[in-house]
This record gives sequence, structure tokens and C-alpha cells, in this order.
Amino acid sequence: MTLTRRKFLKAASVAALVVSARPSAGRAFELKGRMSPGPKALQAGQWGMGVDMNKCRGNCRDDCLAACHEIHNVPYIPKPEHEVKWLFLEPYENAFPERSHRFLSKRVREKNFFLLCNHCEDPPCVRVCPTQATFKRQKDGIVMIDYHRCIGCRFCMAACPYGSRSFNFRDPRPFIKKINPEYPTRHRGVVEKCNFCQELLEVGRIPACVEACKEGVLTFGDLEDPTSVVRELLSEKPHIRRKPDLGTGPSVFYIT
Amino acid sequence: MLEKTLHGGKGYWIWVFALAVCIGIGFIAYLYQLREGMWVTGMSRDVSWGFYISQFTFLVGVAASVLMVVLPLYLHDFKAFARITALSQFLAVGTLLMSLLFVFSDVGMPMRILNVPLNPTPGSMLFYDTVFLPGFMLLNLIIGWTAMGAEKREVPLQWWVKALIYLSMPWAVVMHTVTAFIYAGTPGRGFWMTAIMAPRFLVTAFAAGPALLIILATIIKTLTRFEVTEKAIQKLVTIMLYALIIDVFFLGVEYFTVFYAHIPEYALTFQYLFLGINGNCALVPWYWGMNIAILVAIGLLVIPGARTSRPVLVAACVIALIGLWIDKGFVLVPAAFIPNVFGRIMEYPPSWVELTISLGIYALGTLIITALYKVVISVREETEIL
Repeated sequence: MTLTRRKFLKAASVAALVVSARPSAGRAFELKGRMSPGPKALQAGQWGMGVDMNKCRGNCRDDCLAACHEIHNVPYIPKPEHEVKWLFLEPYENAFPERSHRFLSKRVREKNFFLLCNHCEDPPCVRVCPTQATFKRQKDGIVMIDYHRCIGCRFCMAACPYGSRSFNFRDPRPFIKKINPEYPTRHRGVVEKCNFCQELLEVGRIPACVEACKEGVLTFGDLEDPTSVVRELLSEKPHIRRKPDLGTGPSVFYIT
Repeated sequence: MLEKTLHGGKGYWIWVFALAVCIGIGFIAYLYQLREGMWVTGMSRDVSWGFYISQFTFLVGVAASVLMVVLPLYLHDFKAFARITALSQFLAVGTLLMSLLFVFSDVGMPMRILNVPLNPTPGSMLFYDTVFLPGFMLLNLIIGWTAMGAEKREVPLQWWVKALIYLSMPWAVVMHTVTAFIYAGTPGRGFWMTAIMAPRFLVTAFAAGPALLIILATIIKTLTRFEVTEKAIQKLVTIMLYALIIDVFFLGVEYFTVFYAHIPEYALTFQYLFLGINGNCALVPWYWGMNIAILVAIGLLVIPGARTSRPVLVAACVIALIGLWIDKGFVLVPAAFIPNVFGRIMEYPPSWVELTISLGIYALGTLIITALYKVVISVREETEIL
């Protein structure tokens, strides 16, 4: 049999398909079992947070933010255009622009609200990501980012209606005051945001901001569990969410 | 046939050299951006997409307009277009190459770009663009190249090339529709959340492509012995004119909906574009310019005496092209981020680095188009089918 160019190409392309299809199937099999949670890990159906703005005095306001940004190696970049922030404060009129109106009292309008990723039930950022670098974790609903897979296309930033995502416009490392060796730093060119302290939940601790807040403003718990602190709070007090009309299902609730 | 690109007059080589210099400057600027990170662009946490993604969007449209040439020729047997299909197809090859390079320049981690094909994600609209753009580029390169080969040997087109041409027709529509879906599917960006986006993408594409083709055909006519017939040019004018009029209608429908209903989420960006908000008005002259340019172009093209005069026609095409470029290639992308999700106005001026890289990419695309056109013109000059 003579090997013509056509036959060779045909055989080569079939071989390439077979080779490329196999390893992924094998890898998924391997990972099973190794990824089970540790004995102390906190688990939930959908983690959620309650923010009781009546309790927030605002004069200690850097505590929760600093706690988060320190342990997660979030850089402090002075230029607002290139800022990276996981937790941040915005006045009511900016946190809830669609609810703001001219008859609001000055006190309410200018009150700073504690904002973070909403870990939505149906997150648009996850829907648009072309590499699945950002994904919603099945077991507890946390919206996560794989910093090693993200290509930095920023489609998720366009899709997020909450401005929760930051892009590393520059190398973040020189802007980190003290590097926490327990958590990775990021590279320039990737997107990052709040991860509900997934790394602390794994070892049985609650998120750093909740731990840091001494006023009891922040409550954290399982939204699927009717007896959780968050659910109890929601059943007792009136609450709002950011842009609920978009149907994203935010998991962060504000008691006002 | 490729050897044809190596034989040219003095003017040809000066042009190629000038483009090469621009490519070099753009490449150096890209290396700077690669080393420093995206902070050297004008983009920010609030306006996270800018000039690069705008150019990508505009150029995909120009490529999709191939449909306006192959459809009359192959479905309606409009023979006058037989001489310009290659020009249109090779234009698509160049513009799609540029589109892809613009996306590449925009990502923060270009070395990871293969993560897109390695993790195919059908839920992401960007995934479809990574499939349809290179596909359409390849399709047009193969069709255009084999068609020129057939012309050179004076034999009819092979059956499979014809099959590919028929495939390329729906492909063009789908390709540009998925580009529109990148924008039209993002909750929270009221400016983009409109079902008219994809239809408007198609009509602006079908106006921009013929406008550019008429300009290019006129340049070729003055520089070489190859001339596109007046019949073909006038057909392109008709297509462009209808597309522009439909675009004005679509724009009007959009303006009515946002301004009459006046839902802030949808109306604020338009308010910013037409009047500015709190003294922020960087895009106001551009947006008015876009609306006026399209109306002026229509005005010039509806006058029979004007559209048959080549200088007036070319002027109308240039005006239309400027308007269409402002629309899709300058305003559409950044404007959706103004006001931002917090209701604040953060404006976006592209930086010099961004503009220099863009110049380099445009020069590279132009070089490719020049080379491919050189082949077309040389083959035609040889076979004397002018």
C-alpha cells in the first residue's frame, strides 16, 4: 500500500483526535476522592451573608476591609482606575442607584454600605467566562476564580452588574504591604474578587470580615438551612438585595 | 501566485515599507504593554473594555459584509459582482486577522490564550467568536485563493469551492450575530441590553463593507489597469444606501424606546451620549457626529447625479464609513460602562499605547490585504480579463 498525502493526513487527524480526547477523561477520574472536604470543614448548600446596616457604626469601618485584604494579599493601588478590591464601601445612592431618590434623608443617602461579591445563585460572570476560569462551586455555591486559568479577557467584569470584580492592571506584588504566605498572590493580567474565605471555611473558620466585625453587623451561614443565623435574621427583619430585578439571585442581604 | 507580491513598482515598495514601519512601531508598543500590564491603556476598573474590543467589533462587521457580494452573485446571478468577489473575500481575510489580533491585544494573559480552545465553553458567547472568526477567515482565504487560481488557468470553479461559498453565506450572518450577543446578553449594562443589537450589527456591517469596497475599488482604478465596472459599483451603492436607511430606522426605534419609556438603566447612557451628564461629555461630539455623518451620507447617495459622480460617491462612502466606525468602533463598547454600575461617570480616553498598538494592527491587516490584492490585480493584468 502506498501512503499518499491524503491518507497520511486522514490517519494523522484521527490519531490526534483520539490522543486529545483521552487524557481529560482519565484526569477527572483521578481527582475524585482526593478532593473530599477535611474533617473540620464548614459545609453549606449555599453560603450567604446578612449585613445589618443598623448595627454598622461606620467609624471602625476599616477593620473588616483590612482583615480581608491583609489575609488575601489584596494590593493597595492608590489610583482608583486600577484599584483591586474584594470588599469595599459605597454610599447608599451608589450601592443601590435604582432605589435612590431625592427625598432620601442625607443620613441614609450618604451612609456607607459594605459591598462584596454577591455569590449569585445564577451568576452572569460564570455564564460568560470563555474558559470556565470563574465557576460556581456545586457544593456550597461560592463563585470562585482559577487564577491559573483566567486569560484576563474581562468579559466577567462587563457581565457583573455589581462591580465586584477587579482586574490586575499592574503587577500587584509591589503594592502588598505585608505578604501573607498562607494565601497566593496574583499575577498582573487576571481578574480577582471575594471568595467568601473559602480557604478559611475549609479549616473550620468563618470569613475574616465576619470574624473582624465586633459590632455583629455581619452574619454568615447556609441559606439552604432554615435554622442558620442568616435565615433567622432574614425571617425576623426586612431586608433588601442589590439589583434583584436582574434575576441573578444575590446571596448577600442588607438589613436597613 | 504568491510570487506576484514580490514584483512591484517603486510606489508599491514604499507603501509596503511604510506599513512595515507602522507594524514595527505597533509591535514595540505591544511589547511595552506586555511587560508593564494593562495599566498603560486607558481602560480602568470601571471601563474595562475599550478601543481594542471596539476595533474587533467593527472589523468583524466589515468581514461579514462579504455576504453582500456573494449573495447577489451566487443566489441572484448578478454577474457584475464576479470581478469583485475576490476583493471582498480578501478584505474579509485581512479584517478578521485584525479582529483576532485586537482580541489578543486586549487579554491580560495572552500566553494563556489557548485556554479558550482547551476549555471549550459553549455557554460563553466569546467561545463562538473564537470558532466563527478564524473559520470565516480560512473559508474566505481558501475560496478567494482557489478562485484566483481557477481564473489564472482559465478553468471553472471546482464544485467544492462553490459549496464553501454557499456555506460562507449563513456563516457571515451567524458570525456577526454572535459578536452582537457578546454585548446583548450582559445583565446590568442597559446600553447593550437591546434585541435590536444583532440586527443593527448586520445592517451597519452591510453598509460599512460596500463603502470600503467602493473606496478600495477607486484606489485600485487610479493605480492599476484593473477597473471594477460601474454596474457593480452602483449595485454596491444601492446595497449600502438601503443598509444605511435601515440603520437610521433601527436607531430611531432604539431612541424612541429609551427616551419615551425613560427607564434610567436604559436611558442614562444615551443621555450621556447626546447631552453629557454633569459636565462629562467626552463622547457627545462623537455621537452627534455619528448620527449626522450617516444622515449626510444618505443625503448624498439618494441624489442620482451625486452617486454617479465618483468623487462625490467616494466622499459619501468616507463619511458613511466614519459614522459607522464611530458607532461600532468607538462608542458602542466603552459607552456601556458609562455610567458604571454604581451610577458614577468614569470616562474613557484611549491611551497612546493603545492607539499605537492599534495602528500596528491596522498596518498589518492592510499589508495582508495589499499583498492579496496584488495577487488579484496581477493575475487579472496577465489574463487580460480586466
